[in-house]
Amino acid sequence: MASPEAVGSTDEFIKGLWRENPVFVQVLGMCPVLAVTNSGVNALSMGLATTFVIVLSNTLVSTLRNFIPKEVRIATFILIIATFVTVVDYLIQAISLDIHRALGAFISLIVVNCLILGRAEAFASKNGVGASIMDGLGMGIGFTFALLCLGGVREILGSGTLFGLALFPAGFQPWVVMILPSGGFFTLGVLLLVFNRIKSRQDEKRAVLQEATS
Amino acid sequence: MSDEALGTIFLNACLVNNFVLAYFLGICPFLGVSAKLETATRMGGAVCFVMLVSSVCAFGINQLLIAINAPYLQLISYIVVIASTVQLVEMFIKKMSPALFRQLGIFLPLITTNCAILGLALFQTNKGYDFLQCIVYALGAGIGFTLALILMAGIREKLELATVPHLVQGTAITLIIAGILSLSFMGFAGLGA
Repeated sequence: MASPEAVGSTDEFIKGLWRENPVFVQVLGMCPVLAVTNSGVNALSMGLATTFVIVLSNTLVSTLRNFIPKEVRIATFILIIATFVTVVDYLIQAISLDIHRALGAFISLIVVNCLILGRAEAFASKNGVGASIMDGLGMGIGFTFALLCLGGVREILGSGTLFGLALFPAGFQPWVVMILPSGGFFTLGVLLLVFNRIKSRQDEKRAVLQEATS
Repeated sequence: MSDEALGTIFLNACLVNNFVLAYFLGICPFLGVSAKLETATRMGGAVCFVMLVSSVCAFGINQLLIAINAPYLQLISYIVVIASTVQLVEMFIKKMSPALFRQLGIFLPLITTNCAILGLALFQTNKGYDFLQCIVYALGAGIGFTLALILMAGIREKLELATVPHLVQGTAITLIIAGILSLSFMGFAGLGA
């Protein structure tokens, strides 16, 4: 399925943001989504790191797609991803040791983020370089957006701050449970609920519109 | 080198810092395969086995990488070992029980991208466990994973009978249940200290 590259590339970019949002719609890459979103800064850096890896791995996979034998493609993809993750790991260490410490093993665990392998297998191995880069960028930004939603909510409620800035007067009693693991599950569950609600309303409206026109 | 007692390591990996409910590792199979109790049990068994084997291999590789002074190869070599172990288990299950093979479906090869297994290999390296500690750690983590999976599957089987508002059906309700489970696992805090 070779798609015409220039025509579809904007759409490849947009679809990751909302319609096929990796977290809210496809429910992929849950582990980092839940694990590092106890603060906005962590969520943002994780999102950027993942975007970096997904764009580069999509590029390389798409470039090499005609040379990779079908039988060993998954192993090859994982090796490509692991290489870029190692790069990111050292990069973050060079930029900020604090962030590296906060994210800990979860930077290395980007390797096993199903989202990245999923995009390599489902998109980059079948499409041209340009479209694959756009797809990776869209998915990465959509992923970062979801992480920020989750991280923002959890940090505001759990520590009363956003990106380290205090939001509430001194008397505010933070909900400590929100920055604990169980808070992550709750928040994501509720966010999915909100997302479903918005989507079903959109569908309803579209159905009404269609009825009106027909 | 770490001098933690073996029992402490086991309890820590299994209950206090349960891989699924406290570290969020292996959420994908946790959400994907936990609809039926039987599948969940077998999936847990497969993950346990892969964990044990890859933990032992990761220990050996780490020693080798330290010896040749190439720590930047750590991630790449770990993932290769895990991928080949999973391949092995897949062939084994296909031969021994085709029915189970069909049941596990896509989730069997996906054990490769199960973060719990790579996470285990990375954590044991970070903590500097020796050989025996590694094995106990892997066992604890595997049993903890299976426990969480089985608990979840049990609840979800009961949930089939309940009426759930259609907006939270599927992943949303599962995540909220997971939150409650995780809350209850916090009760184990301090057990393995």
